Amino acid sequence: MPAVRMVLQRLLLHPWAKGWVVLLCASPGAYLVYGAFTESLGVNPAETLIRQTGDLTIRALCYVLMVTPLKDLFKMPALLRHRRTLGLAVLAYASLHLLSYAWLDMGLELEDIVADVFKRPFIFVGMAGFVFLAALGATSFNAAIKAMGPKRWKTLHQAVYVVVALAVLHFYWMRAGKHRFDDVIFYGGILALLLLYRMVQALRYRMSRLS
Amino acid sequence: MSFLILNATTQDAVKSAGVVPSEITSQRIYLKRRDLVAAMAAGLGGVGLASWASREAMAQTQAGSGKLAALKGQASKVSGAFVMEKVTPYSDASSYNNFYEFGTDKADPAKNAHTLQTSPWSVAIEGAVKKPMRVGLEDLLKWSAMEERIYRMRCVEGWSMVIPWVGYSLAELIKRVEPLASAKYVSFVSQADPKTMPFVGSAILDWPYVEGLRMDEAMHPLTLLTFGMYGEVLPNQSGAPLRLVVPWKYGFKSAKSIVKIVFSDKQPPTAWNKAAANEYGFYSNVNPNVDHPRWSQATERRLGEDGLFAKRRKTLMFNGYEEQVASLYAGMDLKRNF
Repeated sequence: MPAVRMVLQRLLLHPWAKGWVVLLCASPGAYLVYGAFTESLGVNPAETLIRQTGDLTIRALCYVLMVTPLKDLFKMPALLRHRRTLGLAVLAYASLHLLSYAWLDMGLELEDIVADVFKRPFIFVGMAGFVFLAALGATSFNAAIKAMGPKRWKTLHQAVYVVVALAVLHFYWMRAGKHRFDDVIFYGGILALLLLYRMVQALRYRMSRLS
Repeated sequence: MSFLILNATTQDAVKSAGVVPSEITSQRIYLKRRDLVAAMAAGLGGVGLASWASREAMAQTQAGSGKLAALKGQASKVSGAFVMEKVTPYSDASSYNNFYEFGTDKADPAKNAHTLQTSPWSVAIEGAVKKPMRVGLEDLLKWSAMEERIYRMRCVEGWSMVIPWVGYSLAELIKRVEPLASAKYVSFVSQADPKTMPFVGSAILDWPYVEGLRMDEAMHPLTLLTFGMYGEVLPNQSGAPLRLVVPWKYGFKSAKSIVKIVFSDKQPPTAWNKAAANEYGFYSNVNPNVDHPRWSQATERRLGEDGLFAKRRKTLMFNGYEEQVASLYAGMDLKRNF
């Protein structure tokens, strides 16, 4: 095991590692875009694009929140090097998701989109999640950390938990129409576990300070 | 004219699949007809002829699977029976289905429905009728002359297709079984066999799937008891061996694989209405002015025709059958009775 960890740790620190992570993150999106242009996304390609980009967003969200627990579990701080890339992948897929909805479903009519946001609660919740996500993305570079100060920056970036809650609620409400909760439970369960881990850690930290 | 060329190859395929030669238009007549259609499309014909030409042109694109038994119908004379719009390709209509007994993904029914046993098949007719009975499919097929009708199909999810169905007006069946004066509603119960329908028993809906109509809706000539599509018997995933098609209502009102028809004095509890009464009303008439909380109903995407980046088209009141069916709902508040 220690040998495996050594190898992994070195791979994660390799100068090319960042490029590979970016490539891995981008590949499902590239596949979808390719499918859109070669008309291979099935009978209802618009629906496929909107659903798939949504799925990819929540999957990326799971991955980025797995970084900290995995780092602790396997004692691999090198994982932290890639957290920002994964976070930006969440934003990238959320943007594609929003773009496919705005373009394919709403024909890029701003007025219609605004009306829709206030008409359908699950669209409102999704849009709210995107606003938080965009704020995190906009402050993701080093200069922003410096400008804000690490403490305030960290507080702001804890908004990722708000994003998680809004994303799961958005997914749940969308699926409630058809009573299909299997994958809502799947992703919701994973995210709940990841949040639970953090709560336990925070509690432990407090206890240790008390004693 | 590319669809005509395409059709020549489909005809060859049908021939090699072992279809009786008499069923196929001879190549000579076919070519002559093709010239005629082309000439008309070029604007030489009058308005009436042009619509005949477009119907003819559409008939050319209605190739089915080429594998299922043929089921032909005479052109229907019922008002509204022929929509002059491009027919959805069979491959799309038979691979994108909501039939939850076979899975929740729209690709699932085409993959899983091969297990459905459609023969022997009989339908129990019960409740407030003079002649309750159990009737075999082979008899039902003979109860009235088969008609072909090309209807729009609008799903509550915001997509639509145009499908050539084969069947006869449900009214023909209703007249035969002589409903009592107390019969105000008709419900349609779908097959629910967990052995052959893998998702029967899932928590999504109460099984069996039940749908219902008010008596006057059921008697409307456009309400079609359907045995086939695209000139063939229904594929399993589309609700074989018989289903309902109510073209002015959202697709889920058109029950599939029907085993029981019940006449009653009370409005029957229907599957989606039971699951979420605030989202799926008993009437569920296609209505661009009444939105579903999850899908806008003002517009729709026509599958197999509109490109990915095409703007969604406006949804028509009663799915375009307003002229034929609006009188059924005269004086009713359709926002409340959605």
